[in-house]
Amino acid sequence: MATFRGVDYMHLDSLLSEQELLVRQTARRFVDEQIQPVIRDSFRDGKPPAGLARQMGELGFLGANLDGYGCAGMSSVEYGLVMLELERGDSGVRSFASVQGALVMYPIHAYGTEEQRQNWLPRLQSGEAVGCFGLTEPGFGSNPAGMTTTARRDGGHWVLNGEKTWITNGSVADVAVVWARTEQGIHGFLVERCTPGFSASELHGKLSMRASVTSSLAFSDCRIPSANQLPAAKGLKAALGCLTQARFGIGWGVIGAAMDCYESARQYTTIRKQFDDKPIAAHQLVQEKLAWMITEITKAQLLALHCGRLKDQGKLEPAHVSMLKRNNVAMALECARLSRDLLGANGIMDEYPMMRHMCNLETVKTYEGTDHIHALVIGEKVTGIAAYK
Amino acid sequence: MKVIVAIKQVPSRDSRLRVDGSGRWIDPTDLTAEINEPDAYALEEALQWKEKHGGEVVVLCAGPAGATQTIRDALAKGADRALHIEEENLTAYDSLRLAELLAAAIRAEQPDLVLTGLQSDDLGYGQTGVILAELLGMPHGTIIMQTEKTAAGIRVKRELEDGWFQFVELPLPALLTIQSGINKLRYSTLMGIKKAKSKEIKALTPAALGVTPGGAAPLEKLYAPQRGKQSRLIEGDARKQAAELVEILKHEVRAI
Ligand SMILES: Cc1cc2nc3c(=O)[nH]c(=O)nc-3n(C[C@H](O)[C@H](O)[C@H](O)COP(=O)(O)OP(=O)(O)OC[C@H]3O[C@@H](n4cnc5c(N)ncnc54)[C@H](O)[C@@H]3O)c2cc1C
Repeated sequence: MATFRGVDYMHLDSLLSEQELLVRQTARRFVDEQIQPVIRDSFRDGKPPAGLARQMGELGFLGANLDGYGCAGMSSVEYGLVMLELERGDSGVRSFASVQGALVMYPIHAYGTEEQRQNWLPRLQSGEAVGCFGLTEPGFGSNPAGMTTTARRDGGHWVLNGEKTWITNGSVADVAVVWARTEQGIHGFLVERCTPGFSASELHGKLSMRASVTSSLAFSDCRIPSANQLPAAKGLKAALGCLTQARFGIGWGVIGAAMDCYESARQYTTIRKQFDDKPIAAHQLVQEKLAWMITEITKAQLLALHCGRLKDQGKLEPAHVSMLKRNNVAMALECARLSRDLLGANGIMDEYPMMRHMCNLETVKTYEGTDHIHALVIGEKVTGIAAYK
Repeated sequence: MKVIVAIKQVPSRDSRLRVDGSGRWIDPTDLTAEINEPDAYALEEALQWKEKHGGEVVVLCAGPAGATQTIRDALAKGADRALHIEEENLTAYDSLRLAELLAAAIRAEQPDLVLTGLQSDDLGYGQTGVILAELLGMPHGTIIMQTEKTAAGIRVKRELEDGWFQFVELPLPALLTIQSGINKLRYSTLMGIKKAKSKEIKALTPAALGVTPGGAAPLEKLYAPQRGKQSRLIEGDARKQAAELVEILKHEVRAI
């Protein structure tokens, strides 16, 4: 089994603490030993690796940056390093951890009651239970503020009606964090699997994120007890608060996918020979692509690390995270394409990771705020003018 | 049951090694380090002993300040505490002197069992554990593939050559040098890494332990294997050529 030795052009490891390096070592070994050997079949078969949730839970990857309830209480940089390694394995594997930690455990931790936390966080942390996050609807993707799913109060219950789609882990989840419109505005709720009136169905035919489950959720007079409302999950702002957490993880994660592509291409081009028995890496055009990739990866690492340090100091703003997510995803996608090119025909095969990462990264470019939307967030930050509408 | 595991930090496998200015050791610039592989298995064996029979696992490491990363990792995996003999230049000690250093730290602890790796991945002497046992006056077993607690002490499986094994029973306290692959290495969980932060690492110095660098078998020189290419043409007819080739392979190259 190949062990990954990291991509560190500029002694960036010297910026990491001993504990950060240990955390990365655990995540790196997990990916080398448990993900790399199975991911090709997993992607091919359209199924997540078996036992993934439990394994990640045991190691502390789920909700790693949360405190208490069995969570590991990691710093933001440590959390980011885990995401990076997981996405070096596959964006679908990282998505699982992102959704569980940032989109399900985080809102329960931040917006839930003590009882909700006690009930769900230990089980979600260990991977015994799986969660999903339902915000997007068929008619409302980039603009979730327009959502039409409703929650109506009826005595001691809330009654939900509507549809959510593109929901990661929707059909395998034990609990869904669902955002719906009430008379007082948008609000977050916990809906448990098997609640009458709630159904989930898996979406088939994806050419991206094939190692991750994506589903639609339907609510038809779905009655949930009042106690399932997340009391502090008020307004779209609360939902966006979760997304900021997840996007931060994505900004780190995609560097891993880029590293896997770059490193595979670097190794391949030094071995593959064409013209006068020279390795293709001896050609200037090939070197230029490698130079571009390592430069962009290094810049992305610095951006992620700086955002991580800011986050730990409580100074990271959503508009910073937009830059991190947008820049690093575009960088990773370009690395996937360039490295695919450098492998020639071999590059299109699933024996090599490029096409898989490339396909996955098309999703990553779209979800959690598209590339455009993040450009608009950055644009608004520097001009003061919102240009979404 | 108190188990002490001696662990060493060595350059990571597949590192690109360069000899340093002194000509006696490896240039540490750009090198990442990791736990010596057989020591990782020794640690795992100790942790499994603790899980089965209770007690305490103490890791002992002689090495530079930077070795704390390897020590912390051992604590994260579940060792209870650590002894760190701080010494920047381990190559200044021969095997005997180094074993004296380790023995001095171990004596104060009065362990029931001492585990070391079979050999170190950097020097590869394979002597430290054995000499250490002699100094401590403990019985020892080498190349251990399996351990089991018995009423009288410990029963071990030793790896011999050609697929042969030997089973031996030893009284405790004893010292074992562990072979890689004896068990399945656990991961350091994120929770374990966090916990390790508050576990004790006791700093010791060679001076305080009464041991000075040196020894009768100093390391003189370190160099990359010289690669030379020699061709020789064998003359004569095919029968004569074949006969001469067999001679060379048998007696000069010793390949057959
Ligand atoms: C595999 C996968 C998993 C997902 N998981 C989840 C999940 O777990 N939970 C969840 O709630 N959602 C999830 N999503 C949904 C995802 O967040 C949405 O797809 C995303 O928000 C974009 O919405 P849309 O697909 O409706 O695209 P649209 O919003 O229709 O956008 C289409 C195009 O129009 C552009 N566009 C739209 N508005 C503007 C504008 N104002 N200015 C400029 N350009 C604009 C977009 O940038 C994009 O290029 C997932 C999606 C995928 C593919």
